[in-house]
Amino acid sequence: MGNSATFEVEVVGGARSGRGRRLRGAIRPWLAPKVVVGSTIVVILIVVGALAPWISPYDPNGQNLARVLRPPDWLFGPHVLGTDAVGRDILSRLFYGARISLVIAVMVVIISGVVGLALGAISGYFAGTIDFAIQKLVEVVWAFPPLLLAVAIMAFLGQGLENLILALVSQRWIAYCRVSRGQALSLRTREFVDAARSLGAGHTRIILHHILPNLFPSAVVIGTFSMASAIISEAALSFLGLGVPPEIPTWGTMLADGRTYISTSWWLALFPGLCIFFTVLGINLLGDGLRDILDPRLKRSGSGIG
Amino acid sequence: MLGYLLRRVIATIPVVVLISLLVFLLIHAAPGDPADLLLSEEASPQDIADARRRWGLDQPIYIQYLRFLANILSGDLGTSFRYADPVITLIGERLPATIELAIASLLIAIILGIPLGVWAGAKPNSWADNLGSMFGFFGISMPNFWFGIMLILVVSGYFNWLPSSGRSTYGVAQGSETSFYIIQSLAAGNMKAAWDGIKFVIMPAIALGTGMMGLIMRVTRSSVLEIMNEDYVRTARAKGLGERTVLWRHVLRNALVPIITVVGLELGTLLSGSIIVETVFAWPGSGSLLIAAIQSRDYPLITGTVLTYTIAFVVINFTIDILYALIDPRIRFGK
Repeated sequence: MGNSATFEVEVVGGARSGRGRRLRGAIRPWLAPKVVVGSTIVVILIVVGALAPWISPYDPNGQNLARVLRPPDWLFGPHVLGTDAVGRDILSRLFYGARISLVIAVMVVIISGVVGLALGAISGYFAGTIDFAIQKLVEVVWAFPPLLLAVAIMAFLGQGLENLILALVSQRWIAYCRVSRGQALSLRTREFVDAARSLGAGHTRIILHHILPNLFPSAVVIGTFSMASAIISEAALSFLGLGVPPEIPTWGTMLADGRTYISTSWWLALFPGLCIFFTVLGINLLGDGLRDILDPRLKRSGSGIG
Repeated sequence: MLGYLLRRVIATIPVVVLISLLVFLLIHAAPGDPADLLLSEEASPQDIADARRRWGLDQPIYIQYLRFLANILSGDLGTSFRYADPVITLIGERLPATIELAIASLLIAIILGIPLGVWAGAKPNSWADNLGSMFGFFGISMPNFWFGIMLILVVSGYFNWLPSSGRSTYGVAQGSETSFYIIQSLAAGNMKAAWDGIKFVIMPAIALGTGMMGLIMRVTRSSVLEIMNEDYVRTARAKGLGERTVLWRHVLRNALVPIITVVGLELGTLLSGSIIVETVFAWPGSGSLLIAAIQSRDYPLITGTVLTYTIAFVVINFTIDILYALIDPRIRFGK
């Protein structure tokens, strides 16, 4: 009797440590250096963007012609990172730039995700003529070199936030659409879909409740990489003068200004570029880590790197 | 093979037609009537009516599209407002510069990317590998236009080693703006001019090629890593070949197919990247032509450049597909 009790305790203890090991195993990938570094950068960015109006030392559009092209004062003066050609404070503009970049990128990623997932799920689930039509659309939009379609859209429709988002979404939904179509094509023949159908579920219900939830993990991974590329593209368009109107501070327009004064004022071009670089690096690192955790299969399909 | 070629050509035609439709719709989605946009503010209502008739803007929209398509197919991309020259001539003059820049970037990416990738793949998880993968991350996260500006800042501004804009030194080159300057100078044995051209192309080519280099490195690494475990590599080692011979003769040769794939896929990125990099370095190519056209609202020139870039991209992809079918017979017969 006593023996058996000891035995019981041992089994329970063994199970507990096993569960602990499993738990640690589940947490470990989230502690990979790239996930930690990546999410730290992203969190800093979100905080800075959200608090921009409160932490900016100056009005981002406040001109001060008495303090034009002032080099960085670092911590010893009023303009930590210097001023631009019309005396606007670089640091304040960078803070507001984080806000704009982030808002645009998030909107672009969400809209592309919704469009791409919907079209991909419909395309893969119904197959046949609908699939053919959607895939033709994918083929045509994808036939444009990356960014060129966005440039063309901005050139013809003109500057502005809505057009910019449309331009950035124009090719970005395709990655979601392709991956989710492939997955939907195989999901539609699976037993649980058959089961749902035999229980009387309609197409809409099957797509919403049985297909879509299975497409989310890949979509999250694609979303992170697509956010990084959206930030670069937005900066590129703004740099070319094809982004939001010039009075809104963005990293891309700051860089374009910086290029004009490159021979005299290095700080104008250095800081916004560093912001873009670290932001994109952080998101890419996070995306790479998320891919390892959520969807290792994507690793070979070439989204992002490696 | 001929059948495959024919099938591919036929499959490409609807894509080109749909591309032209998409561009046509974009032009028509532009705010304002094209005639108002295209004529100066002093134009009388009579002038505008005349222009509308001349450009066919009074016709139904599907007739307008068919005319647009017919013009494209006959190689007529219209006349530039700003230069008053045929759009196709203007683009033709600028294309050599863009192609030369693209070739230079590709060379840099391949010459540096492949050896780094082989090195990292042959010694996984070594310091070389870790350094390489960090490099890869930096490569894809670095916006090429910022990298270009930083190169100008340091290399031209601080050290004054290389010229920061343009394509050739005035006086050294003759008629260089509209030709394959470096290639022609080399062919003609004019080393002074060739070196002049190379000095100008180095920085833009690095700015444009770095992203692709990172990617080539990553792909080379992973395919080398995979092939190192193949039986024939073990056989090659077992028969006493040196590690270097095994690596370069047996491993790299088999790793080339995925590398070619990535290079092909990324040519589009290179093409559109050139638009921005050309603007940064005032490189007189078709990309900076497009941006200048947008700034001066030269709509025929914008349309023509966008179509040229896109059709070039379609042709490149088509050629790569054909190359594959040549290399790998399975593609020809399978679906």
